[in-house]
Amino acid sequence: MKARVFVTLKNGVLDPQGKAIGHALNNLGFDAVGEVRQGKMIDIELTERDETRARASLKEMCEKLLANTVIEKYEIELRP
Amino acid sequence: MKSAVIVFPASNCDRDAQTALLQLTGIEPHMVWHGDTDVPDVDLIVLPGGFSYGDYLRCGAMAAQSHIMRDVKRKADQGVAVLGICNGFQILTEAHLLPGALMRNADLKFVCQPVDLVVEESQSAFTRNYAKGDRVRFPVAHGEGNYFADEETLERLEGEGRVIFRYAPGENPNGSVRDIAGILSDKRNVLGMMPHPERACDPLLGSTTGRALFQSLIDTLS
Repeated sequence: MKARVFVTLKNGVLDPQGKAIGHALNNLGFDAVGEVRQGKMIDIELTERDETRARASLKEMCEKLLANTVIEKYEIELRP
Repeated sequence: MKSAVIVFPASNCDRDAQTALLQLTGIEPHMVWHGDTDVPDVDLIVLPGGFSYGDYLRCGAMAAQSHIMRDVKRKADQGVAVLGICNGFQILTEAHLLPGALMRNADLKFVCQPVDLVVEESQSAFTRNYAKGDRVRFPVAHGEGNYFADEETLERLEGEGRVIFRYAPGENPNGSVRDIAGILSDKRNVLGMMPHPERACDPLLGSTTGRALFQSLIDTLS
């Protein structure tokens, strides 16, 4: 099973990189661009086949290492 | 005072800490590799500045999971003094020995300059040789020193006198909330700070206002 984990800053936490990206897009002429927030994506291959157990294990990975939950939130996507 | 400096791959202020400790205590500190499992029996453990594990994932995140940190945590729980400087502060927050997090500097620039700090609290093993309100000048050198914690945590830190160093008015180099530069753990034996007191101990380096921090520890722990 493959998993894709998205780690992004929590709403309300200042994202200066996202802001700089937004400014750069505006400078390139993309006037329709409003707020930009950035984050990271982590692909993980798992030997686990049971979806419930995989999800529980990924949640633990996020809480323990992949995300710093003081400032970041995470989303988990599972693919067969 | 016996001390140990933890050396991670890509620590780069471990030797600065070693030199300052040797000069001020007269005793060679133990240099302890991150893959070791035990910190020797010491009075002070220093987590030095640098870019441990190349700042992979997040600054300090990998170092917080290293073997040696289990023993650092154990010793911190037993009351041993722990001083985390710069990357060491980031490691302490990632290891949950201190609350909050250190984020990318608000203006996205790496800052490398001396800054003025105000000693907010002299009731600690780290600052007893300062007076409350003293101004000190330590260098900073970091890209991710922007301290953040939720309001509840900040109120608790302030209420318990655990905000120990604040950037002087107009000096905040990274956007840290409430100008916070250094905080103590609830038991007051763990200090994390972004500025570098170990680089302010020799007149050659422009400031000696960091000496009182180490002298405070020596007076308390020797």
